[in-house]
Amino acid sequence: MSPASLVGTGGARVQIEGVHKEFPVDGRSTPALVGVSLEVSAGELLCLLGPSGCGKSTLLNIVAGFLPPTGGRVLVDGTPVTGPGPERGVVFQEYVLFPWLTVAQNVEFGPRLTGMEAARCREIVARYLDMVGLREHATKFPVQLSGGMKQRVAIARALANNPSIVLMDEPFGALDAQTREVMQEELSRIQRLEHKTIVFVTHSIREAVYLADRVVVMTRSPGRIKEVFTIKLPEVRDRFAPEFTRYEAAITRLVKEEVAMVRE
Amino acid sequence: MIRTAAFAGVLVLWGLVAYGNRALALMNPVLLPTPGEVVAVAAPQIRDGSLARHLAVSSLRIVEGFGLAAAAALGLGLLVAVWVPARLALEPMIEFVRPIPPLAFLPMFLVWFGLGETSKVAFIAYTTFFPMFVGISASLSRVDVMLLRAAASLGASRRELLGRVVLPAALPSIVLALRLGFGLAIFVIVGAEFMGADAGLGNLIMEGRVFFNPAQIVMGALLLGVLGSLANGLLLAAERRALKWRALP
Amino acid sequence: MSTVADLVQWGLRGALLPRRRALVLRLGAVLTFLLLWSLASGLVVLLNLFNPIFLAGPWLVLGTMIQLVATGQLWGHVIATLVRVIVGFATGAVLALALGLPAGHFRVVRNLLEPIVEILRPIPPLAMLPLFIVWVGIGETSKIAFITYATFFPMFLTTVHGVQQVDPLLLRAAASLGARRGQLFFRVVLPAALPEILTGIRLGVALSFFVIVISEFIGAEEGLGYLINDGRNFFLVPQMLGAAIVLGLLGYSGNALVVLLGRRWLRWEGPPAS
Repeated sequence: MSPASLVGTGGARVQIEGVHKEFPVDGRSTPALVGVSLEVSAGELLCLLGPSGCGKSTLLNIVAGFLPPTGGRVLVDGTPVTGPGPERGVVFQEYVLFPWLTVAQNVEFGPRLTGMEAARCREIVARYLDMVGLREHATKFPVQLSGGMKQRVAIARALANNPSIVLMDEPFGALDAQTREVMQEELSRIQRLEHKTIVFVTHSIREAVYLADRVVVMTRSPGRIKEVFTIKLPEVRDRFAPEFTRYEAAITRLVKEEVAMVRE
Repeated sequence: MIRTAAFAGVLVLWGLVAYGNRALALMNPVLLPTPGEVVAVAAPQIRDGSLARHLAVSSLRIVEGFGLAAAAALGLGLLVAVWVPARLALEPMIEFVRPIPPLAFLPMFLVWFGLGETSKVAFIAYTTFFPMFVGISASLSRVDVMLLRAAASLGASRRELLGRVVLPAALPSIVLALRLGFGLAIFVIVGAEFMGADAGLGNLIMEGRVFFNPAQIVMGALLLGVLGSLANGLLLAAERRALKWRALP
Repeated sequence: MSTVADLVQWGLRGALLPRRRALVLRLGAVLTFLLLWSLASGLVVLLNLFNPIFLAGPWLVLGTMIQLVATGQLWGHVIATLVRVIVGFATGAVLALALGLPAGHFRVVRNLLEPIVEILRPIPPLAMLPLFIVWVGIGETSKIAFITYATFFPMFLTTVHGVQQVDPLLLRAAASLGARRGQLFFRVVLPAALPEILTGIRLGVALSFFVIVISEFIGAEEGLGYLINDGRNFFLVPQMLGAAIVLGLLGYSGNALVVLLGRRWLRWEGPPAS
C-alpha cells in the first residue's frame, strides 16, 4: 500500500451489497437504510443525493467503516470492509483537521503513521499543498485558516495518504456559495489528475451534476435508491450549458417529489 | 443504580482493608479505623448532642462568611462591570493579593480579630471573596454584546439592559461562581478551626489528632464530605430550577 | 458609568481607555492604597489608638523582607517550602496522569476508580491532614504526601474529562488515515486532551501552595508557613505579611510558568478569545 511514486495510484472498485442499517430510536430500532445495492467502478466520481435525513451520510459512514451495517456488506476490490482503513480516505463536512498540527503536519499525518522517512514526507506534502494551492500556508495552524482553506487542507490530507477511494461527506456544505463553486472546480481538476474512486455526498443538485459521472438519487427515510442518472457531459463542465440545465431540471423534479412526500 | 453499587463497593472495600489489617496486624490497627470504630466514636457524641453543636457552629460560620463575601462580590462585580475606572483601579490590587494562598493570612486574622467567631467569619469571607468576585466580573464582561444591541434596538433603557439582559445572561456563570465559593468556604473552615477554636468540625478533627484518635478524624472528615456534597447537591438543584431554559434540548 | 451607547458598542467589557490613562489609573490606585495604609499605620502610632504592632505600615513590611533577605534567613525557608511543593506536586501530577489517562480511555478503569474518587473528593483535603500526620508523623513525608493527596483530585478529574471529551470525529479522521490503537492514543487523544490537562496542572500548582501553608503551621521548623506562624506567636506582623507576600510571589511564578508552557505547547489554539 505504500506509494511507489509520488503520483498517486488510481481508484478501486466499491461494491455495496444489500446494505441495511437500523438505529435505535426511543428504544425501538428504526430503519435508516433499506436494501441498498450499488457498484462504484474504479476511478468513478459518484454523487449520493437526497433529502436531508435520507441516510446518505449513514451509507458513507458504513463504507468508511465507522458504522457496521445491520445487514449486507461492502467490498473494496473484493475485500469486505470491517473498519476504517488508509485505502479509504475521508473528507468531512466539518473539516476535522488536527488543530494541534500545522497545515503541513496535517497533510503528512497519514504517511508519517507508516513510518515513512521525513524527506519523502516533505516531497508528498509539497506536491499536495501545491495541488490545493496552499504551499505558502504550510506552517500555519488550522485556527488561522478560512473554511475554504481548511477544506483544501482536508482534501490534501486525504489524498497525501494515497487512498484508492475518497469518501466525501458534504465537504463543501459549510462554505459560502462563491467558495463552494471554486472548490468544485478544484476538485474536478484534481480528479482529472488523480483518478480516484470518489463517493461524494451532497444535497446540492447543481454540485452533483457539475462533479459526478453518475448521480444516485435516494428516497426519503428510510433511504433506498430511487434512481441513478449517468451524466454524459464533457469532463470540463459548463454550468450554463443547456444539457447541464436539462440534467439539473430532471433531477430537481425527482428530488422535489421526495421532499413533498416528507411534508405529507 | 451503578453509583449506589459502586459506593457500597467502596464501603465494603474499606471494611475489608480495615478488618483485614486488624486480623493480620500489618499496621497498628489504631491507625486504620474500621467502619465499626467510627460509628462507635460517633454514637455517644450524637446522643449527647455535641456532634450537632459542632455541626451547627461550623455551618453558621460558613453561612455568615460566605454570605458577606457573596454580597460584596456581587456588588463590586456589578460596579466594575459598568464603570471602567473602578475596574482599572481594583484590578492591580486583586491581582496582587489573589496569588497569596489565603491560609497564609489565617494567623493575621487571628491576631487582628482574636480567637472568637469574628476571625473565622472574616477569614471565610476574605477567602471566598476573591474567586467569586473574579468569576462574577468575568461572567458579566462576557455577556454577548449582540444581546445588548438586540435589547437596545427594542427600546431598553440602561436599567433594563442591566436587569433584563445582563443579569439573566450572566446568571449561569454567576451561580457557578457562587457554588465554587461555597465549596471553598467548606474547604477553608477546617483550617480556620484547626487554629484556636473550641468548637466546630475542624476542632473535632484536630482533637482527634491531639488525643491520637484516628477514628474521630475519619468521622469528622466523612461528616465534612457529606456536608459538602449535600450543600453542593442543593445548590446544583437550585441552579437547575432557576436556569431551566438552558437545559432544554 | 457606561451609558446605553457604550453598552451597545462595547458590551460590558467597557471602552478601551487610552493606554496611558489606564496605566495612570492603575498606578494611582496602587499608590493611593499604599498611602492610605501608611497613613493608617501612622495614625495608629500618633493617636495611640491601639498597639501599633497590629498594623505594620508597608515600609516596615518591606524593611523586614529586606532584612530577611540580607541576613540570608529567607532562603532556607523558601527552599524548604519549594522542595515540599515541587516534590509533592510532581508526585501528584504523575499519579493523576498515570491513573487519569487510562481512566479516561477505558471505561473499566473509570468505573473502578470513580467511586473511590467521588467519595474522597467532597472531603476538604485539610480534614485529612491530621490523618497524614498520625500515619506518617509530623516530618517531611507527611507534608509532601499531603500535597500529593490534595493536588491529585483536580488533576485526575481534568485529565479524565480531557480524554473523554476528545472529539470522536478526530478519532475517525485519524483511523481513516490508518492510525492504530497506540497511534490514536499518542497522536490524537493526548494532544487533544492537553489543554484541559494543563488547566488541571494549573489548579494543582495553585492548590499545592494553598495547602502547604497549613501543613507548615503544624509542626515545621522551616518554611514560609512556619515563618508566618512563628510571626503569630511573637506578634511579628511585618514578618507574617512579608512571608505571605513571598508565598504569593512563588505561587504567581508557578502559575506563570505553567501559562508559559501552555503558550508554547498550545500555540495551535490561536490567540486567546479575550
